[in-house]
Amino acid sequence: MSENLYEPIPMRIVRRYDLVENVRFFQVRPVEIERALTINYKPGQFMMISLFGVGEAPFSISSSPSRPGLLEFGIRKIGVLTEELFKLKENEIIHIRGPYGNGFPIEKMYGYNLIIVAGGLGAVPLRSLLLYALDNRDLFKKIYFLYGARRPNEMLFLREFLELKEREDLECLLTVDKDDTGSWTEKIGVVTELFKYLKDIDPQKTYAAVCGPPVMYRFVIDKLVNLQIPKHQILMTLERRMRCGMGKCGHCVIGSIYTCVDGPVFTYWDVLHMKDLI
Amino acid sequence: MKAYKLKKEYLKEYLKSLEDFGEVWGPIKKGEIDVYEKITDYSLLNLNALRPILPLKKFLIPPKFNTFFYTKDGKYENALKEVKRKIVFGVHPCEIHALLTLDRLYKERYPDYYYLTHRKSTWIIALSCVPDDKCFARSLNTHFVEEGFDLGFTDLEDYYLVWVGSSEGDDLLRHRLDLFDEKITSKDLNRYIEWRKWRDNQYQLNLDLTAMPDIMELSYDLEIWNEIGERCLSCGTCSMICPTCTCFNIADHLGIDDEPGRRERFWDSCMLKIFALVAGGHNFREKRVDRVKLWYTHKLKAFITEFGKPACVGCGRCIANCPVNINVAEITKILKGEEVKK
Repeated sequence: MSENLYEPIPMRIVRRYDLVENVRFFQVRPVEIERALTINYKPGQFMMISLFGVGEAPFSISSSPSRPGLLEFGIRKIGVLTEELFKLKENEIIHIRGPYGNGFPIEKMYGYNLIIVAGGLGAVPLRSLLLYALDNRDLFKKIYFLYGARRPNEMLFLREFLELKEREDLECLLTVDKDDTGSWTEKIGVVTELFKYLKDIDPQKTYAAVCGPPVMYRFVIDKLVNLQIPKHQILMTLERRMRCGMGKCGHCVIGSIYTCVDGPVFTYWDVLHMKDLI
Repeated sequence: MKAYKLKKEYLKEYLKSLEDFGEVWGPIKKGEIDVYEKITDYSLLNLNALRPILPLKKFLIPPKFNTFFYTKDGKYENALKEVKRKIVFGVHPCEIHALLTLDRLYKERYPDYYYLTHRKSTWIIALSCVPDDKCFARSLNTHFVEEGFDLGFTDLEDYYLVWVGSSEGDDLLRHRLDLFDEKITSKDLNRYIEWRKWRDNQYQLNLDLTAMPDIMELSYDLEIWNEIGERCLSCGTCSMICPTCTCFNIADHLGIDDEPGRRERFWDSCMLKIFALVAGGHNFREKRVDRVKLWYTHKLKAFITEFGKPACVGCGRCIANCPVNINVAEITKILKGEEVKK
């Protein structure tokens, strides 16, 4: 009998806490510990989280395969499934299948500069890429991490990212549209204003990865194109509500492509041809 | 491929004998339409049925079925362990072409357990057909088939020429070898050649689908699509009846009292408004015109990119069933600026 790829694996929630209001960090591990190290994935891939009795939905992986054993997600409470997910406590069991999607073309990015540009919740999938690059620091040239949120209390992984500022082998630039705390020590302004800190970048030897709210893309892409980074080296990850994750159910189709198997990571060049994108 | 002859008067006896292998299904007339049904009374079999309302896909991906059962204590089990074998008689070449496309979609990348399980239990007896004014399989080169069936029947007036297409087909045939004639004469050969020539010329509807992917791309922003979008009722009929439409949704249903809960997979349609709705309320294809364009992009462009051939097999179901006369023939003609018969 053939394997049933729709069958999820039971996983235990080992840690969870609120990243910001309505966005929660979930760290999970297969119940069978022997399986923990067999889950291979790439930054940029996603998994289907399944709650029997509620349903399944796709979520970006936020952890890095360079730190195996635990899977991490940053999940916003926005629908029926996430409402239920937020009710679960540590040590409770959820079910997960995957990983799915193409992920970032990591091997092609070796030897290149990286500009990672995140807005709001876009930090969730990009954190996977960032951690991967930091754990394999020698494989990349300069690394820039540009992250913008509306307000300080809407910035995900804030402490983690502030600690990165102490490292000298990357440029971590954080900005908020508005500081309503009075104690924000980082930049103020939209994320595109951080581009002025990017210096002496050879665009041909640079990959950019962008994820954020739809409104952010156009402005960030403009900046990257102005830097003369080739269109096929500008990467972005798209979101759709997949039901299967395996190129069958049709829900994530955009024109001729399936977001789940052809994406969710696309180059700007790919995206230029897509219809009904946003 | 080996061939035999079966006299027409033996057909019903032969099909009935196949019940030793499993259920025998075939087209039966129900009011205005034909339906693939389990046959109990072989005199009801409609040998002239051209397009049973739901195509072969209903055997491979049933309209709804359970994928998992689960209980409150967090245990779950696979709900589909085996499927009763069905021998489907009367399947026309265009439908088998659709089947071959579904095989590629469901068997290659991420093989689909549920499809494979149903597929293995669905044996196919093809039957030749004579097209009506809605068939356009010849335009898509799907009017003839050389693989994808277990037995293939070609109607040559007083007998069937029976091709053996698989090892299972060979078992089916040998089950009543006494009814078959192994000797193919030059007269039979000539009759077959004549039949092929005659039958291939019976197509009244011929479409030129050259460069269709380019035409889809170039026409994408034309006003004509808005008119088509206005006309569409978003009823989803086209998706239900199209032999290559297999989009689906998955939903969980809670059990009552001690019953287990069940996860169900069921047909869906990209023509329905909520198809591209995501959490948070954004709908990527809110407008009807965007959904119509997607459907035709998928049929006439996306599949060509992916599988080297269109998803349309020319069966004519959309022509026969769309309540507002939107169909592959009509769309092709409109996009190419040809006269459309009202």
